[in-house]
Amino acid sequence: MARKMKIRAWDNGKNTSIKAIIFHPMETGLRKDKATGKKIPGHYITEVKCEHNGKNILTCLWGPGISKNPFLSFNFNGAKKGDSVNITWVDNKGTTGGSSAKIS
Amino acid sequence: MDTSRRIILKATMAASTLAVAAGANLLTPSSVLAAWPEKAFKATKIDEAMNAITGAGRPTPSGDITVDAPDIAENGAVVSVKVITTLPKVESISIYVPVNAFPLSGSYILSNQMETTITGRIKMAKTADILAVVKSNGKLYSAKKAVKVTLGGCGG
Repeated sequence: MARKMKIRAWDNGKNTSIKAIIFHPMETGLRKDKATGKKIPGHYITEVKCEHNGKNILTCLWGPGISKNPFLSFNFNGAKKGDSVNITWVDNKGTTGGSSAKIS
Repeated sequence: MDTSRRIILKATMAASTLAVAAGANLLTPSSVLAAWPEKAFKATKIDEAMNAITGAGRPTPSGDITVDAPDIAENGAVVSVKVITTLPKVESISIYVPVNAFPLSGSYILSNQMETTITGRIKMAKTADILAVVKSNGKLYSAKKAVKVTLGGCGG
């Protein structure tokens, strides 16, 4: 089970930019296995939480309509270099993952 | 002997209830999962999804929202979308693809620290409008962007 993710956080001069990619199959539950003809069970991230110094800044509610290996990018205010940004996720099977980065 | 049988029975029952609870997603890490709106994501009609995520109100089109996506997406499995809005007090941004089996792609709940721009990648079954709904100051606003999809991305 892929639990890896990448996260980058940097000061862009005006505020803080975040780019994150989570390696996850994001299986819709609608696809069929060509070999067996059976439906592949859905497996997708349902919720992603982004925190700055422990304070929630963004909650993403996701469904099967989000692409495989989801990418997320946003900017936020009120942070400085060296602050930590933490992103955690959970999928519909209850698997969790996450990663953190220091703002550079 | 009888008592031990009772105990075993009780234990199995407790275990099975736990399994059911886990299966129904009731037992999830509290630190991560608040309340995933399953109804909204399982809805097959956009109206149902909207009702479940933002209530009965319908958004009014707004020029203050931009949906930035390619005019032509070769691969519907990965369509890059950027929603930009200059509306004040943005509480949430939701992205819908009306033609998908499940129209709601994702919903983003923003804190007041956030810049009101969200970038992500979504799947599109076929050529359609991407609809972005922004909840700003308690009201709903929307914007659309037509994307031509040459290869659908939802399988089947």
